[in-house]
Amino acid sequence: MTATDVSVDRPVGTPAAQRFRLSGPVLLLGLAGLVVVLSLARVITGANDITSAGTVSAALGLAVPIGLAGLGGLWSERAGVVNIGLEGMMVLGTWFGAWGALQFHSPWAGVLAGAAGGALGAAIHAVATVTFGVDHIISGVAINIVGVGFTEYLSQLVFTDMPGGGTKNSPQLPKMGTVSLSFLNDPLRTVEAKHWFVVSDFAGVLRGITQDVSWFTILAIVLVPLSFYVLWRTAFGLRLRACGERPLAAESLGVNVYLYKWAAVIVSGVLAGLGGAFLSLVAAGIYRDGQTGGRGYIGLAAMIFGNWRPGGLAGGAALFGYTDALQLRQGGVSVHALLLVVALLLVAVAVYQLVRQRRGGAALITGVVAIVVFMVFAVTDTVPEQFTSFTPHLTTLLVLSLASQRLRMPAADGVPYRRGQAK
Amino acid sequence: MKILYGMQRPDEGEIRIDGSPVGFHTPADAIAAGIGMVHQHFMLADNLTVLENVVLGSEPRRGLALDFAAARRKIKEISDAYGLGIRPDATVEELGVGDRQRVEILKVLYRGARILILDEPTAVLVPHEVDELFENLRGLVREGLTILFISHKLDEVLRVADAITVIRRGTTVATVNPEDVTSRKLAELMVGSELPSPETRESTVTDVVALSVRDLTVRSGDGRAVVDGVSFDIHKGEVLGIAGVEGNGQAELVEAIMGMRPCTVGTLTLGGADISRWTTLKRRAGGIGYIPEDRHRHGLLLESPLWENRILGHQTRRPNVKGPWIDRAGARADTRRIVEEYDVRTPGIDVDAATLSGGNQQKLIVGREMSGDPVLLIASHPTRGVDIGAQAAIWDHLRTARAAGLAVLLISADLDELIGLSDTLKVILRGRIVADVDPANVTPEQLGSAMTGAGEGE
Amino acid sequence: MTGFLDRLFGRVRLGGWLAVAAPVLAIVFAVLITSVVLLVAGKPPVEAFTTLADYGTQPRTMVLILNSGVMYYISALAVAVGFRMNLFNIGVDGQYRIAALVAAAFGGAALVPGVLNTVLVIVIAMAVGALWAAIAGLLRVTRGVSEVISTIMLNAIATGIGSWLLQEHFGVLTGNDLGTRPIPEGARIPGMPLVAGTPLLVNGLLVLAVVLGVAYYVLLSRTRFGFELRATGKSETAAVASGVSVKKMIVVTMVMSGAVAGLIGLPELLGASYKYSNNFPTGLGFTGIAIALLGRNHPVGMAVGALLWSFLDNSSNQLQLIDISKEIVQIMQGVIVLSVIIAYELVHRYRIVADQRRVGRQLAGSDGPGGGNGGNGDVSGRQAVEETA
Repeated sequence: MTATDVSVDRPVGTPAAQRFRLSGPVLLLGLAGLVVVLSLARVITGANDITSAGTVSAALGLAVPIGLAGLGGLWSERAGVVNIGLEGMMVLGTWFGAWGALQFHSPWAGVLAGAAGGALGAAIHAVATVTFGVDHIISGVAINIVGVGFTEYLSQLVFTDMPGGGTKNSPQLPKMGTVSLSFLNDPLRTVEAKHWFVVSDFAGVLRGITQDVSWFTILAIVLVPLSFYVLWRTAFGLRLRACGERPLAAESLGVNVYLYKWAAVIVSGVLAGLGGAFLSLVAAGIYRDGQTGGRGYIGLAAMIFGNWRPGGLAGGAALFGYTDALQLRQGGVSVHALLLVVALLLVAVAVYQLVRQRRGGAALITGVVAIVVFMVFAVTDTVPEQFTSFTPHLTTLLVLSLASQRLRMPAADGVPYRRGQAK
Repeated sequence: MKILYGMQRPDEGEIRIDGSPVGFHTPADAIAAGIGMVHQHFMLADNLTVLENVVLGSEPRRGLALDFAAARRKIKEISDAYGLGIRPDATVEELGVGDRQRVEILKVLYRGARILILDEPTAVLVPHEVDELFENLRGLVREGLTILFISHKLDEVLRVADAITVIRRGTTVATVNPEDVTSRKLAELMVGSELPSPETRESTVTDVVALSVRDLTVRSGDGRAVVDGVSFDIHKGEVLGIAGVEGNGQAELVEAIMGMRPCTVGTLTLGGADISRWTTLKRRAGGIGYIPEDRHRHGLLLESPLWENRILGHQTRRPNVKGPWIDRAGARADTRRIVEEYDVRTPGIDVDAATLSGGNQQKLIVGREMSGDPVLLIASHPTRGVDIGAQAAIWDHLRTARAAGLAVLLISADLDELIGLSDTLKVILRGRIVADVDPANVTPEQLGSAMTGAGEGE
Repeated sequence: MTGFLDRLFGRVRLGGWLAVAAPVLAIVFAVLITSVVLLVAGKPPVEAFTTLADYGTQPRTMVLILNSGVMYYISALAVAVGFRMNLFNIGVDGQYRIAALVAAAFGGAALVPGVLNTVLVIVIAMAVGALWAAIAGLLRVTRGVSEVISTIMLNAIATGIGSWLLQEHFGVLTGNDLGTRPIPEGARIPGMPLVAGTPLLVNGLLVLAVVLGVAYYVLLSRTRFGFELRATGKSETAAVASGVSVKKMIVVTMVMSGAVAGLIGLPELLGASYKYSNNFPTGLGFTGIAIALLGRNHPVGMAVGALLWSFLDNSSNQLQLIDISKEIVQIMQGVIVLSVIIAYELVHRYRIVADQRRVGRQLAGSDGPGGGNGGNGDVSGRQAVEETA
């Protein structure tokens, strides 16, 4: 055979395996660019809260539970187990977190208890899906139902008789410590108050992420690179991922697939449980029924948004946390300003598509969408607060419908596995 | 062989390695005992790199981390020592079939295996790749390794083996020396009797064209032409065989004729009607029967009873339906007829299709596709994975139907079947029809070389 | 002989009694777990269950059980339509809420008189539910977005849009309760005095639930469309080869599921509160998922499941009289669902193995060795292909 018979109708300039990879400098540049665009929007609309320290700080706090849930999803899906039950595990985390903190008079005991609560839910999911081969979605939905019932019962049982507690909520929980780089506080505050173009925005962002940051938040942030390290740089992680890509191959090399799937699901539950504990311990300082508000699902969405990678997931969580935070701070006006940001970003994407990728059609579509978004921005003054509540969900839906072909989920994600089925 | 590799446990008997008995509970035990297996279907994760696939399960470590540098070094060493030419950091997805197989072999060597089990290793290779493989294997044997080569391609077994053991229905039939046997003799040992002959007697070809295919081109997702400008006619009473190494566009050709594939251009005419724009269902109702290559994926609802499987693909026609309604009585009665006429061995028509043996499942499919008076039957590997008895029965049914005026498009990897059944034989290579062969005067060897393009330049 | 064997082995499928055994075992298991939980909390389990049973069998309670059971059942049907072809419509919850809201707004506006208004409400509810579900269906076939994720997201979006519509456009404040205008009397569906010994009436839309259940059975088991739907659910590849357009089926099934979901709110709108307000029952979509799982998508099984669920929900308040919090019932429901899906899976595996063994044994008996057919003896088809292919 000669090499001449290889078909040559592949268009020149699009290498087959071109994958977009973010390097450190590009990422920093991108983030800086984002701040500039936000700043522009702030100056034009006067929605000063979109880069204020308060917003950024709130965004960080709101991103943590989403990110933890997303990390939980990442662990389990990398091992091939779809985990819709994250929401239920998170719910367990909220209650157990509160209970642990009250029982042992320490927020850190609450953290541990929350993790254990999540792991409990995960164990059920693992029994059903890994051991018995039940459909992953069905088991996950069932766990969400059980998680709510179980915690509502327990909160009724345990918190009702506590001073300050009720049938649906716990007493005030012990506080967790925070860290601040206090020497930065005053200078940054001064700069931020000037509302200078770009400079004040950077000051706001910096102040947001350096003042009054909970230790729990730092723990959560550390878990992102840690997850990456374990999953992509260790033998354990390789085996775990192999179980999600091709369990039969792993089995044929002597890897105990059940064990790794179990481990992955349990870690997943621990992370989701931590996310729940964060909600009760840090975000609210109290347990309430229904506290998660579907954040487990948003975490799952953040994971998909991040293409089953820790970095992307953190980006997704930050984005969703940010939109959530805007809604709390001058909701309508801020989200309205965000429309302008979206329009500007879309224009940038359209230019990129036209100049760098030479995809005129795609650029045209993006451009039209940008104009439509801008028109909406121009003719309205504010976005109804009810709409802002589903910004993360709508974003996910749009990202999925625009980019689902480019996303790469683990090849055997959601596929039931049974030992000894190999050929 | 699953037992040898620890994937199943024996009910009785023992395995000895270098004279000492061993017992395997998991593949890990077998690996530890120095047994390595190259599976017929590659056990590789496409999204992982070659390195990751190779070291999986026995990773070199430095502290907690996986020692990528050491792994890369060792892979390079082995690859160079045996001339495997492997790039550790490519993802498997980017590799071709031959490369993947070498990765599989490297995986086994990496684990220090002294005994290699190769399960049908040549099934997916083209001849020059087979030659390369055999060259690699001989090199391994020279290094003192033991190789267990499992194959049903007898000439290859004769070429490569130093000793041959014939297994039939799970028992050892004979152990022979390759110098002492012919492939004919070996084949008879395998099937336990004279080979059933697929030969057809007299031609029943008419000059009425049943299906006409013109300039059929199918493109894959990345724009490559996997079927490229194929044209042919099948007449009533004719069996047209398509020979080719698997993966040269046969599957896509069939799916294009069935209307299951997008990105198809060309003209299809069935009995004078242009069916190029018809849906699969309409084509089926128009008289195309279809015996799919993979009956579990495309031919059956494994967890449905036989009579529901009777309806599958025929859900617009009597006796299965009356208007929009399923005619249970009609479908059940007709299923009983098929079971009877096609000798499907089953306790009843209410058992799930999954419970039948492969041969009986296939007979059910053949019976189903023959009903409703098809004009054209597409038979894709009709006797693959069925026992000899069912094979003979299916050949009989094909012959009878052909005599009654059915046009058959036969795709098969079994060259004897192709030569024996076909009235006309065409060879497909890289999506193109490259040769017409007269089945009356061709040997499997000649056909084989045409299939691989070896005859092109000579 | 075949006729006899048919009866003995074929028609009397092992699945028959096992299919009932699984949920019964699951319920027993759930009772056990619940008892343990009660004991741990120092409460008497026997008393708890007798309280539930006593209260649940009173005529008044029976009417309440039927009335919420009707909604649960319709919800389960909506879910089950999708389940039968492996479509997970997690979005029934959002679909019924947005459908009920819009339908209530139109009904309350009384655009047309009397019965016509009833019809209008029903049609709008179905249409809105279908449209909302169609978004997920279209995204799946055109963009490859998993319906699991998209419907979850659409639930949240429905909540947001719903509260916006209610607050800004459709809502009227009566006291503290924000709701749509009540549907006028002429368009309401009267209750039925079915249970003796109580003045409470059974919701007239019980009839709708029964009709839907029958329609569901007929459509799926007796029609070509139903066959294609089930075939797609069992094997998408085989369905494609048999000529089913899977994309079309996905959209149609999603739309059907959504249309049925639109009907979930009707018993409340036409037979109970006559309006959509902040007190409108929520979470019924998820209840429907649980019941569909419990009843294994079978129309009768789901009816039993809906009544069981409704019984537990309605009787639970009574537990507070003996100082047990009613949420214990939720634990029980959860355990039932989890154990029933595991039990079904085990039964399913057992049945396949048992069937294969049975077929093999029987053929070996009737054939004898060397019957020209026993190539693989009693090896199942699945294994046979793996070994010879």
